[in-house]
Parts: sequence; C-alpha cells; structure tokens
Amino acid sequence: MSFAVLLTIKVLAVLGLMIGGALVVIFAELKIGAHMQNRMGPYFAGGRFGWAQPLADGLKFMQKEDLVPDGADERVYKLAPYVVLMGTVGVFVVLPLSPRFVARDLDLGAFYALAISSLTTLGVLMAGWSSNNKYSLIGGLRAAAQLIAYELPLVLAVVAVAIQAGTLSISGIIEAQAVPVFTIGELNVALPYILTGQIIGFAIFFIASIAELSRIPFDMPIAESELTMGFVTEYSSIRFTMFFLAEYAGMLSMSALATAFYLGGYQLPGLSSTAIEVLGPVIFISKVFLLSFVFIWLRWTLPRFREDQLQSLAWRWLIPAALLNIAITATFKVVF
Amino acid sequence: MSFGDWIGQLENWVFAVLAFGTLAGAILVVHSRNVIHAALGLVLTLGSLAGLFLLLGAEFVAWTLVMVYIGAVIVLFLFGIMITRAPLGYEIDLSHPTSVKVTAAIVAGSLFALIGWAFLDAFEAVEFAAVDGPTRTADIGISMFTNYVIPFEVMSFLLLAALIGGIVLARQDPEEADE
Repeated sequence: MSFAVLLTIKVLAVLGLMIGGALVVIFAELKIGAHMQNRMGPYFAGGRFGWAQPLADGLKFMQKEDLVPDGADERVYKLAPYVVLMGTVGVFVVLPLSPRFVARDLDLGAFYALAISSLTTLGVLMAGWSSNNKYSLIGGLRAAAQLIAYELPLVLAVVAVAIQAGTLSISGIIEAQAVPVFTIGELNVALPYILTGQIIGFAIFFIASIAELSRIPFDMPIAESELTMGFVTEYSSIRFTMFFLAEYAGMLSMSALATAFYLGGYQLPGLSSTAIEVLGPVIFISKVFLLSFVFIWLRWTLPRFREDQLQSLAWRWLIPAALLNIAITATFKVVF
Repeated sequence: MSFGDWIGQLENWVFAVLAFGTLAGAILVVHSRNVIHAALGLVLTLGSLAGLFLLLGAEFVAWTLVMVYIGAVIVLFLFGIMITRAPLGYEIDLSHPTSVKVTAAIVAGSLFALIGWAFLDAFEAVEFAAVDGPTRTADIGISMFTNYVIPFEVMSFLLLAALIGGIVLARQDPEEADE
C-alpha cells in the first residue's frame, strides 16, 4: 500500500477510536453518575437506555452559533480548542491495541505521549486568557498551575516504569511485562508491573492523571460553583464540543497509558501469544474502560480539593514519593 | 544540485514550510506589541524547530523541545505574564530607544556570525552519513553516559547551582518578612 493510503487509514482509525471511545465514556458518565445519585439518567434518545444521548448532545452543540465574545482576542480564542484537541489526539497515535494494531510504534513512545499531551496546558492558557472574562482567566491560571504541578509526578512515575522495562517504547514496556516473573512447575507466570513493584508508581500516576484531566476531586480550574466553567465559559458550538471531546478522550488516553504502563496492556496472564494477537484489542479496551469507570466513580464520590491542598499534595507528597519510587526501582534493577 | 532537483523532493518542501514557520514565529516574537502574542510566536518557532529535528531523525531532541520548552517553559512564561499583567486588546508600547536597538542588533549579528563561523570551521570538511530512520534513544543514552559523561555532569551541576540560586533569590525568611 502506498504511504498516502496507509496514512489516511491510520488517521481515520485513530480519530474513529478516539471519538467512538469518547462517546462511550460520555454515555457511561451520564448513566453511572445517574445511578450513583439514584436518578434515571438519559432514557429517551435512541430508545432503549437512551444510548444515543451523547450523539444527540454532540449534534445539539454543533447547531449552536459559534460566538466570539466582545473584546476577545479572536485569533487566539479560535485557535485554543485545536491546540487542546491536538494534545489529546496525539497520544492515540502510539497506543498499541495489540502487538500489531498500532498506528505508529515509536522508539520513545512513552516520552512522546507525555510530551504531546503537555500541549493541552498551552491550549487551556490560551483559552483562558483570550476569552476576555475574569472567570476564564482565573480558570486558565488555576489549570496551568495545577497541570504544571501534576505533570512532574506523572513524568517521574513513568520514569520508574521506563527504568524497570529498560525501554521507552510503549509496546516494549508491554512486552517487558510478559516476561515470566516466576514459574510454578511448567507454568510461567508473567505479572503486570502493578504487581511487580510499581504499585506506588501506579497510585502516583493515577492521582496525577486525574489532576491532569481536571476532574473531581481536582476540578478547581472548572469549579462550576465558583468559576461557571473556568476556561470553557465563553465557548459555544463546535469549539465547546472540541473541549468536551478533549476532556473525555483525555480520560481514555490517560487510562490507556496507565493500562500500558502498569496493567500489562493487551497481555492477559495465561493466554498464548496467538490468542493475544486476536484478543489483544478486546483485552486492552476492557482494561481502559475499567480504569475509566474508576475515574467516573471517583468523580461522583469525592468532594473537591481546596487550591492549597491540591498544590501541597503534589509538591509535598507525590513528587517526593515519585522520586523515592525511582530510587527504589533503580536499585532493584541494578541489584537483581 | 540544481533548484529543480531540490524542489522535486518532498523533504525539501517540508523543510521549507518548517523553516518559514520558524522565521515567522521569530519575527512575531520580536515584532508583536502584545506580550502574549510574542510568547505564542515563540511556540510557533519552537514547534517548527522540533519539526526540523524530526526531519533530521532526531526524535528525542524534537520531543524534548516540545515537552520542556512548549510544555513547561512557555507555559511558565504565559502564566507569569497573565498573573502579573495581561492586557487584552490593549497594547503597550514595547519599543526601545534607537541606541538600545542598535546595540541589540550588533549583539545579535555578532552572535550569529560567531556561531555560523564556528559551525563552518568545525564541520566544513566533515561528510555526514545520510540519515536512515530515527536515532535510537538507547544509543543517545549510552553515548551520553560513556563518551559525554563529564559534560553531562557539569551541566547537571550548573542546573543545580541555578536552582539553588533561584530558591535563594525568591525565598523570604520569616524573620525578614516580619520587619
């Protein structure tokens, strides 16, 4: 196949995976949130269970007028959602759903994923500043302060994984988790990293990724009761949809990275490599949705942090813990 | 190589676009009267530079540029500007007197000449091997911790010194604050 055809197929696959997955997670959030609050949730659109609600929402958003507030910096205002979405879509390129089903397996995939997702911070700041709205500006500033603080533990947690696996390639990290840890008679037992030393790393990564996504309990940047919707306040129509999509697709990409780094990715103990070739995507996506469920569960369970609590959690606890985790992992790597 | 050959290759088109992006961003940085636009111009420059590094197969350098500069340094710039003064629409006069402009031009010009001369002097006779795919990150790591370990340590020492200096400058002791 020629390069152009292959590229088109890959782009469509990445976009389809991202948008389709995001729609499922949005629907899950509506339904699970409703059940946790003893409500019905959507039940009309599409018939049974109201399954078409996210699609209906999306179409409704797109029909609205694309407003630019008076006195806003129009160019920056219009560009911001693209930057945010770019940071989210970029991660999906390196996610391996099975040993072969991956858009591009980069040699430094893990590093690339963290680098490209840091673009989101820039887009959030652009949106917050250019809206010409105090709520937006404060929301943007809070978001930036939070994303800077939590990006460090996130990256440091991944450093420990990279040390243990000896590679930065996401497929490489997943393959490293298929290496048998011990044997019982004939049976080789391979365990994911969460069970072989990275449990603290997983906790740090997961907490930091909730903060990176600005979800409850870390949703100070978009705290509805005080900031309306933070940096998204002024956005309408397709640009609002893009922020909305980026939020839920970001949840998927963070879950997918956590799956790949800590939960063994497409591997499942006991399956042969041929079975993994076929079942890989199912296993990977199931694990991703499981983690997404935890995200949703926490959102409807916990109250919001205060700004100073949020900063002190990152700087006083998570970063030292992540550094300690690196030191311990490196020591074990050298000694054993 | 004639111009026709040069323009016939796809890489050169990509290079031209990225080079244009780098220059346009750099001009926006120095020319814009809005500080935020200037910072965003720097993003364009650094992003295009990362693209140029990708074109050379230096993936690690490219993504480091994105992560460290766009993801952290520019964000801190923007954060600093917005938290202190972020005049929207209102554009301050940022231009300097002519004497400053001339000095800046001389410094920039001589720096450019020096770096250009140093590069030409050092690499004029060197024939580089054609780039075949991206450089492996492991190779960079190995060469950094074998051949270049002393420069690496010196750099980290320098950064540590800068970090301590930053803390000392920013820190205010409780006793001093009370006075």
